[in-house]
Amino acid sequence: MREKSQQSAVSNQQSADRMQTAERKPKATRDEYGEVLLELGKKRSDIVALDADLSCSTKTNKFARAFPERFFNMGIAEQDMIGTAAGLALTGKIPFASTFAVFETGRAWDQIRLTVCYSNTNVKLVATHGGITVGEDGASHQALEDIALMRALPNMTVIVPADAAETASVIKTITDYKGPVYVRLGRAKVPYIVPDDYQFEIGKALVLHTGKDVNIVAAGIMVFAAIRAAELLAKDGIDAGVINMSTIKPLDGAALLKAARKSKLIITAEEHSIIGGLGSAVSEFLSENYPVPVKRIGIRDTFGCSGPSDELLKFHGLTAEDIVKTVLNSRKKAVGSKQ
Amino acid sequence: MNLTTKGKITDVHDLKKLAKKIRLRVLHMLTTAGSGHTGGSLSAADVAVAIYFSKMNFDPKNPLWKERDRFILSKGHAAPLLYAIMGEAGYFPLETLNLLRKVESPLQGHPCCTSLPGIEVSTGSLGQGLSVANGMALGLRLDNNPARVYCIMGDGEIQEGQVWEAAMTAAHYKIDTLCAVVDNNGLQIDGPVQKIMGIAPLHDKWASFGWHVIDVNGHNMEQILGALDEAERTKGKPTVIIAKTTKGKGVSFFEDKVEYHGVAPSSEEYEKAVKEIHNA
Repeated sequence: MREKSQQSAVSNQQSADRMQTAERKPKATRDEYGEVLLELGKKRSDIVALDADLSCSTKTNKFARAFPERFFNMGIAEQDMIGTAAGLALTGKIPFASTFAVFETGRAWDQIRLTVCYSNTNVKLVATHGGITVGEDGASHQALEDIALMRALPNMTVIVPADAAETASVIKTITDYKGPVYVRLGRAKVPYIVPDDYQFEIGKALVLHTGKDVNIVAAGIMVFAAIRAAELLAKDGIDAGVINMSTIKPLDGAALLKAARKSKLIITAEEHSIIGGLGSAVSEFLSENYPVPVKRIGIRDTFGCSGPSDELLKFHGLTAEDIVKTVLNSRKKAVGSKQ
Repeated sequence: MNLTTKGKITDVHDLKKLAKKIRLRVLHMLTTAGSGHTGGSLSAADVAVAIYFSKMNFDPKNPLWKERDRFILSKGHAAPLLYAIMGEAGYFPLETLNLLRKVESPLQGHPCCTSLPGIEVSTGSLGQGLSVANGMALGLRLDNNPARVYCIMGDGEIQEGQVWEAAMTAAHYKIDTLCAVVDNNGLQIDGPVQKIMGIAPLHDKWASFGWHVIDVNGHNMEQILGALDEAERTKGKPTVIIAKTTKGKGVSFFEDKVEYHGVAPSSEEYEKAVKEIHNA
């Protein structure tokens, strides 16, 4: 037990060091997207961008200013935006279609289904303002079901980057990948997590540490919370691993199996409904391939509400402390069931 | 008749004959399949034949040829019409038409672009084709590609709000390489369009959205050809042809019958229908 905790503490210290040495200020993933799209636009003339009157918030406005002839503001008409993007893709363009996650996936779901997924067009849906950290705008603007909606569609790849550096790598990677992709980005600033030399690969999780006692599988902003939770758990002598499952579809089954075999307990953490998102994907995979207890942390079948994002994270039980509590309770239960 | 870019048919008499042949094939396919949409496949036949065989540049041997004109059947339930035309044009052997609606067939109940080369985009959920047509036209414009884009919609279909989003987009971006057609047969599944959800005044609606609007009798080949020419000459704005048509056109006992929106002919009906078309 002591060995375990030492190992875990060292590992977490390393991850903390890595973050500190990077010395990068927290940055919103949408800000990174705007900059990377602009850079890619300079290199590739086949990239086009579409927005539904939210380019100042999704940050496609940077691309729009630089390449007005390759930018199409569709007005407040998400369904038409998706169809138009599909048409552009069918002439060989690589369209990036952006708006808030709640409108992109909910308002235009059938358009995504028919003209993007069923038609298998090379459309990149990059949505911002995913999750409750949208904050004060409240439930109508907080996408908590978007991953579920996109994950159910054949041909769709679903990615939720954890920080700005991963976002940059994701956007570059999906430009070279042919097929429909949904990327969920956030409004709020998030700390850097991935190593400096990190290269995102579709379907490959970033295993920050494999824990012997528990492994926390997280995506998006919850990866940072999971890292902090692992640090707190280490103080209690619990070796907690952290997996950044940035590709939610296709899921990295190999990484999950490895973690589940080692810890026999998996916690999932996502800024999304526990129905249909990362927690569901992980549960489905493990129940079929290596059944171990899985506890899901996420929005518990409810809508969001207005408030500052840090308060909302507390209100909905999405903090590092909440993860710690869940781990401790789950371990108690596991011990109890053995007796 | 195997048609490519160089084999366009401009003779009205030949086009009428071809439309007859296409109607016969549509009826045969539907009867063989035992299900499908008879009324709307027959109403749009003359317009679709005119577009494909008198106007469009395409190469059945190279369906993804960059310079090809694009055709989107937004009213995807008229798929048998599109398949009959594509079979005639040489995209696939005519025997394939017998596979309509069968398991793993390239001829799905509604057009599927990943199953059948030559279908530009999958349709079937109504109201989406015009947006895709706009996107194609914008993409072609970026490449200085002069190819044109055609899109046939149903009159019931334009009850979908997305159609009017796309109508705004086409006018806003001055997409003059686009020619849309409304197959105005006056009927939808539940009854007369004007009774279910009125769309009148059609001409004024499209005109007020910034479109060049041409009204034609959708079974008069001369008028259709004239409208397609006019669309090509119209610059700075998109064109819509409002084709007044008869649902089930060509078979008296299907004509204007809402019951035949989504029902295939029986064998007896088929025999009678074939005779009528031959004698017409």
